[in-house]
Amino acid sequence: MTQSITPTGSQGISKTIMNGLGRHGVVLALALLLLFGAVRYEHFLGLFNISTVLRYNSMFALVALGMCFVIMTGGIDLSVGSTAALGSVVAALLSPYGVIIGTLGGVFAGLVIGCINGLIVTRLRILPFITTLATMLAASGSALLLSKNQSVSVSYESGFTELGQGDFLNLPIPAIIAGVFYIIASLVLNLTSTGRTVLAIGGNEDASRLMGLRTDRIKFLVYLASGGLAGLAGVILASQFGAGQPIEGVGWELFAIASVVVGGTLLTGGVGSVGATLAGVLLLGLIFNILNFENGLGWISLSAYWQSVIRGLFLLVVVILQARLSRPND
Amino acid sequence: MSDLVQSAPNSRSFRWQDFFARHGTLIVLLALLVFNMIATPNFLSVRTLNVNLTQVATIVIVAVGMTMVIATGGIDLSVGSLMAIAGALAPLIFLGKIVHFGNIYVAVAVAMVVSVLVAGAFGWFNGWLITHFKIQPIIATLVLFIAGRGIAQVVTNGNLQAFKVPQFQFIGLDRWFGIPVQVIVMIILVAAATWTMRNTLFGRQILAVGGNERAARLCGMPVSKTKRWVYFISGICAGIAGLVVIAINSSSDANLVGLGMELDAIAAVAVGGTSLSGGRASVLGTLMGALIIQLVRFTLLANGIPDAAALVVKAAIIVAAVWLQRQNGARA
Repeated sequence: MTQSITPTGSQGISKTIMNGLGRHGVVLALALLLLFGAVRYEHFLGLFNISTVLRYNSMFALVALGMCFVIMTGGIDLSVGSTAALGSVVAALLSPYGVIIGTLGGVFAGLVIGCINGLIVTRLRILPFITTLATMLAASGSALLLSKNQSVSVSYESGFTELGQGDFLNLPIPAIIAGVFYIIASLVLNLTSTGRTVLAIGGNEDASRLMGLRTDRIKFLVYLASGGLAGLAGVILASQFGAGQPIEGVGWELFAIASVVVGGTLLTGGVGSVGATLAGVLLLGLIFNILNFENGLGWISLSAYWQSVIRGLFLLVVVILQARLSRPND
Repeated sequence: MSDLVQSAPNSRSFRWQDFFARHGTLIVLLALLVFNMIATPNFLSVRTLNVNLTQVATIVIVAVGMTMVIATGGIDLSVGSLMAIAGALAPLIFLGKIVHFGNIYVAVAVAMVVSVLVAGAFGWFNGWLITHFKIQPIIATLVLFIAGRGIAQVVTNGNLQAFKVPQFQFIGLDRWFGIPVQVIVMIILVAAATWTMRNTLFGRQILAVGGNERAARLCGMPVSKTKRWVYFISGICAGIAGLVVIAINSSSDANLVGLGMELDAIAAVAVGGTSLSGGRASVLGTLMGALIIQLVRFTLLANGIPDAAALVVKAAIIVAAVWLQRQNGARA
């Protein structure tokens, strides 16, 4: 699923293997972590644990998917966390009108923020980092204004909570939603000209524009999609926890960036993989899960605070490996 | 640096647009001050001045280091977490939880020096990742953004450390000559950084690295060394800011100290006119940028507008300020 233009010819076999390791390292690491958990803990691969992990991490998966596309164009979106918070508040406020209205409302709020991001980046030509830093504040402020500074409980009569808490064919509904979006995104990236243009922009924006690709339009769409997905993640957040939470989502953007990076997508753009991003999300999510199981065994007791230290170390190892492996032939 | 590029005939005729774009930060700051003098009751008092300066001091202290980092074309996302580390470490030392000191003054001195240096060491680690492994600054500092707060939480077990140690808390609570001590610290740091950027070889090297790293390297400049120093300085600044925050609060909460500070500092730098792509730096601009953001918030709050709405206005100001500077940069 990884897309890039690789130089062919003079590379040695070992280099190819190293490259492959770098590309699929995250999938390998995920498999090893799963194996470790399956051998060590009794209920690790039980239906309950799997569905809990998938249900909780589907929000991050959606946010990371949008981030992945933004990063592939060479941009960044810092606003996703507070956009999700805004989405959760809007969805909770609209939840009495049913699950459809609530969902549409939350996603729409996300699309509005994404639209603003896209317009500022493509029309005013302000760096994505600054643009989305500003809209992050704006989204957070709007969420607090709409919710009057407190969490908004959702309506339990309208069936809105089913979206986040329900199951379909024994699979958590949020995970199914995330799965569908990952499949669509993968198809878009690999099979459509839009997808190829996303990578082309990240590879060399000026060249892409000179070749007649509609770079601004695609960039706009990418930020729009990122906003919409963040809004959807917010809807699931509200539905899963029964409340719209204006101050949730702090740090989600950086967690999403970390997942994308762990998945091997370069922050300079032009290279990226949707599937590896999902693996990155699950890898970082499983660390918390395994920590819980380890504590459950009773031999050690690591506080939840270790989770961020371990995640940071993971990120460190991954980026150092990537830096080592992706060095030009020397 | 853009001043040099501007062609001579153009600069003879005075253009308001140019003038506004060039001195936009200062003009906005003055406009805000004038507006407040008219609209906000009791604005022109030492008390108001001190309230605003105390609130802005920690952001400016961090933003001074951030300005230098950004001038090299980098970014430092870890500053908030480094504040938490310094803030967690200092009380552990001066409360005697690690080693017992007989004299409180010795304990406080050791606590301050050690915790700030530890933050600096972590900054150095950022610089090492960036220069040795050629990792992009945003990712390299993301590592400590995530892990740093965790380290502070693990060290303190997530507990709030409350204390009442006036010998330490002068840094956030006392006044010298009527000026809050952290404001004095802020002024010293701003002055030192401004002087460094203007008058020293190190300052020129920072700008050269940010302007064109390849060219700087080919000219024989110590690019990696410059970068490592810059991240070290950013860590030191973050450490100092962490101490100020816990001194003000009389407690250290690893979950909260410095939360979101990286973005506040970057916003101040951007509004102050330092280009995020590197090669240009204005420490005084950063000071003004931070003051503008603070004054806007103060103005809105003083006039009864809720804090949440102030966030939205802050967002608009960041975009407007950066856009104005871009207009300037595009013309020059």
